[in-house]
Amino acid sequence: MSEIDLVDGNLALKEIQKLDGHTDRVWSLAWNPAAGAGGLPPTLASCSGDKTARIWQQGPSGSWNCTAVLEDAHNRTVRSCAWSPCGKLLATGSFDATTAIWQQIGGDFECVATLEGHENEVKGVAWNSSGSFLATCSRDKSVWIWEMQPGNEFDCAAVLHGHTQDVKMVQWHPHFDVLVSVSYDNSIRIWLEDGDLNGWSCVQTLGETSSGHSSTVWALSFSSGGDRMVTCRDGIIATGAADDSICLFHETKDSLVGGQSYSLILKKDKAHDMDVNSVQWNPNEPKILASASDDGSIKLWRLTQVP
Amino acid sequence: MTQGLINANPVVHAKKERIARAEDTHAADAVDSLDVFDSVRDIRDPEHPYSLEQLSVLSEESITVDKKLGRIQITFTPTVQHCSMATVIGLCLRVKLLQSFPLHFKVDINVSPGSHADEESVNKQLNDKERVAAALENPSLRQLVDECLCSSEL
Repeated sequence: MSEIDLVDGNLALKEIQKLDGHTDRVWSLAWNPAAGAGGLPPTLASCSGDKTARIWQQGPSGSWNCTAVLEDAHNRTVRSCAWSPCGKLLATGSFDATTAIWQQIGGDFECVATLEGHENEVKGVAWNSSGSFLATCSRDKSVWIWEMQPGNEFDCAAVLHGHTQDVKMVQWHPHFDVLVSVSYDNSIRIWLEDGDLNGWSCVQTLGETSSGHSSTVWALSFSSGGDRMVTCRDGIIATGAADDSICLFHETKDSLVGGQSYSLILKKDKAHDMDVNSVQWNPNEPKILASASDDGSIKLWRLTQVP
Repeated sequence: MTQGLINANPVVHAKKERIARAEDTHAADAVDSLDVFDSVRDIRDPEHPYSLEQLSVLSEESITVDKKLGRIQITFTPTVQHCSMATVIGLCLRVKLLQSFPLHFKVDINVSPGSHADEESVNKQLNDKERVAAALENPSLRQLVDECLCSSEL
């Protein structure tokens, strides 16, 4: 976002297009990180309470269309989705307790693997930076790490216990195999594979006193360098919330001693008709933001400067 | 219910007289606490053939509506402190409001202070929309909720 000068001029989020198609709330979004390589157009995946995931692509005219509906693998809400770093595989986690792995074969997306093991609702899925591990988390309080084997085989590498309530989301560090999970138990846990053969263990727990969260921790995101965690990507932090709005925050120059401070630089009221569940910056086109809502729609936004 | 009723002898109160009101479409700026009360008062208790109003689980006074912010807040009082049905009642209220009022309304549902042994945990569950969504996909729970709502239309 460095090309945007935050001092001069006012910022605006301009709606580019509204993507309709889901018939229930849209829970989560994921930009395909491989867009641009090998002629892959900008691609967004979304998942919904309508039990499907959808793939959206930008056509030559610039407008976005739904190019695939991923259905029949899940029989309950699809809560989360994530692309592998190579952009070839999409993982979807569902309230039906399974995680599905999808691959585009020819023109169609096919479910090439189903990961079973969680006792109930899968709430989050995340790939590590090399694409060798997939982490999943569930209402069953556990986090599973799956190791990818040749031929779309997934072996369970670890089952992590520690959280005392639902695990809402998992996220890997952008460069190292460090996994972070957040939970309904109000805590954040950090997991690492230790050098000996003991497997994965929790190396740190950020409870209420250290994290400041006195209720459910719903989501997290790393900065691209991996040195900070929040819902953040490259400078401008985007947040979506149940007040139907999207907010953008930026680090202020006069940081507090011993900590950063962030200020609200833009609030888009009524961005959607209902709760905003997910906001994602396009990693390849950093001024483009996608948002998903309980109103069943997805919106694409461009951050612009108004003179 | 094999383990017997949680509250075997509830106190049943008379229904309040209904005020006839012009039927409108619940335009966002016209919703008030009486509208909300009218839509939920006849929901049947999950374990008794009485309405939430008859069991004094709810009253018009326990509902507040902020038209400007589009918020509905309901505080309900379970009949006993250890009522394991409190979350079912909360789910019934949420579904009924979703069916009756514009979708952009934000709804907060809580048990009244001191009325439940696990007050904090019940409130947290009832306002976690992910848990609510998952609960409503559970066929037996959904059926229980639908039955409580269905009888309210008789």
